[in-house]
Amino acid sequence: MTFKYTKDHEWVKQEGDAYVVGVSAHAAEQLGDVVFVELPDIGKSFKKGDDMAVVESVKAASDVYAPISGEIVAANQAIVDDPAQVNADPQGAAWFIKIKPSDASELDALMDEAAYKEFAENS
Amino acid sequence: MPSTLKKTPLHDLHLSLGAKMVEFAGYDMPVQYGLGVLKEHLWTREKAGLFDVSHMGQAFLKTTEAGLGEDGAHEKIAAAIEALVPGEIQKLKKGGARYSVLLNEKGGVLDDLMITRPVRDDGQGMLFMVVNAAMKEQDFALIEQALEGRARLEIAADRSLIALQGPAAASVVAGLIPEAGEQKFMTMRPYDWDGVYLLVTRGGYTGEDGFEISVPNEHAEKLANALLAHPDVEPIGLGARDSLRLEAGLCLYGHDMTPETSPVEANIAFAIGKRRREEGGFPGAARILNELQDGPARLRVGLRPEGRAPAREGAEIQSVDGKTIGVVTSGGFGPTVGGPIAMGYVDGAYADTGMEVNLIVRDKPLAAFVSDMPFAPHRYHRG
Repeated sequence: MTFKYTKDHEWVKQEGDAYVVGVSAHAAEQLGDVVFVELPDIGKSFKKGDDMAVVESVKAASDVYAPISGEIVAANQAIVDDPAQVNADPQGAAWFIKIKPSDASELDALMDEAAYKEFAENS
Repeated sequence: MPSTLKKTPLHDLHLSLGAKMVEFAGYDMPVQYGLGVLKEHLWTREKAGLFDVSHMGQAFLKTTEAGLGEDGAHEKIAAAIEALVPGEIQKLKKGGARYSVLLNEKGGVLDDLMITRPVRDDGQGMLFMVVNAAMKEQDFALIEQALEGRARLEIAADRSLIALQGPAAASVVAGLIPEAGEQKFMTMRPYDWDGVYLLVTRGGYTGEDGFEISVPNEHAEKLANALLAHPDVEPIGLGARDSLRLEAGLCLYGHDMTPETSPVEANIAFAIGKRRREEGGFPGAARILNELQDGPARLRVGLRPEGRAPAREGAEIQSVDGKTIGVVTSGGFGPTVGGPIAMGYVDGAYADTGMEVNLIVRDKPLAAFVSDMPFAPHRYHRG
C-alpha cells in the first residue's frame, strides 16, 4: 500500500474503508524529539485542513491537520503514552489516527511519494 | 539563508560537526547537532557540553579617573558602573564575578549581564562584562554615553566565548589548565594556555558546574577542538541551552525580563546588594526599593503543568475561578524533569508555591501549580 502526502507533511494510507494518518518521516526529523501528542476523540468529524491533533517537540508545538474530511474511527494511544515513537517509526507504528472519509475524491489532490520527496526537499 | 547573518569564529566548526543552523540575534548559530535537543540536554547534565556563546557581547570597562592598578582605581570604576546597575560592585572581591542587570529610569531591566573584577593588582580599575547578544549594541552605547568622562568602554570583538557545562567540565578543563579546575563558582582567572591569553570564569547558564572561557578569535577553534577531543564532551546547540536554562530557573532576557519588569518582579532581588538597598543611587531605585519593602504587584514564578502537555510562551495564566492573573514567559518540556515546565508572571496574590492555576493552551485550561525553581537542582562548584 502506498503513502500519499499533504503539503503540511501528513501521510495517508488506505486500510480497508478507512485511511491511516500520521506525520511524515521528513516532518518528524524537522520537529526533533517529540515529547507530547494530543489526538482527537473517536467519533469526531473534521473537514479537510482542520487542525485535528497536536505534536510538540522540545523546541515547539505543531498542529496536525486533517488531510481529508471524515470521521475519526481510531486513535493511536501508544504515541500519546510514548511520544518518542513518532521519531522512531513515524510512518509505521507511530500512526496518529484512522479516518473514515466523507469524500474519497479528496485523496486525488494529495502528493505521491515522488512528488512529496521533491516538495519536502524544496520546502 | 540571508548573507547578512553574522558568523562567530566557530561557524565553520559548527558546519563540520553537522549542526543545524538558525538565526539568533543576527547570527547564524547552531540550534542542534546530530544528537538532537533532548540527548544534548541530557548529555550536558550527565557529562559535559560545549556551547559557542561568542555571539554574546564582551567588553572591558576602564576608569579614566585613575590609572589601572592605582589605589582607589577599583572604587572609581565600581562607583561608575553602580550608577547603572543595582549590584554591589564596590565590595566584589578581586577575581569575583557578579550577575547584575542594567536598569532604566523606571527600574525596568534593559539587560542582564555578568560583571567581573580582575584578580590581578595591575588590572584594578577595570571590569570585564558579558552581555546578551541581542542587546549588546544598545548596552554598549548606553554604558559609553552614561559613563562618559568617568570610564572608557573597550568592546572585545576580538574575543570569542566558549562555555563548557556539566559534571565532567572541571576534569576536562583541568586537563588543559590544571589550576582552572580548582577555581570556585563565580570567579575569573587569567591563564596563558600554550601562548593564548584566556579568561576563565567558573559558572554558566545551565545550572551545572562549568566554565565560560574568553579566548582570542584566532584561537577559538583550537580551544574548542581541544575540549571536544575529550570523550566526555559533545557540542550542544541553542535548543538544549534553552531547555537547560529553563530547568535551572534562569531568565532569558527579552522573554522572562523586559524593560517593563523590575528585578524584584523578576525574582532576582538577590542581585540587589545590601548596601545598595540602603543607599539607592541606581536607576529606578524608588520603584525597586518600594517593591522590596511592600512586595511587587506581580512576580516571576515557576509553573508545573499537571499533565504532559507543555505550555509555551504567551499562554495566559488564570486563577482556578477563571480570572486572568498572568502570562507564561518561557515554557516547554524539561528533559531532566521528564515533563512540562514553565515560568511566568502572576499577580502577587497567586505567587505562593503550590498555588493551583490554569494555563490556557489551545483555548483550553491546563491545570498547573506554582512551583519552586530551579526545576532541576543547581550543581554549582561552591568549593
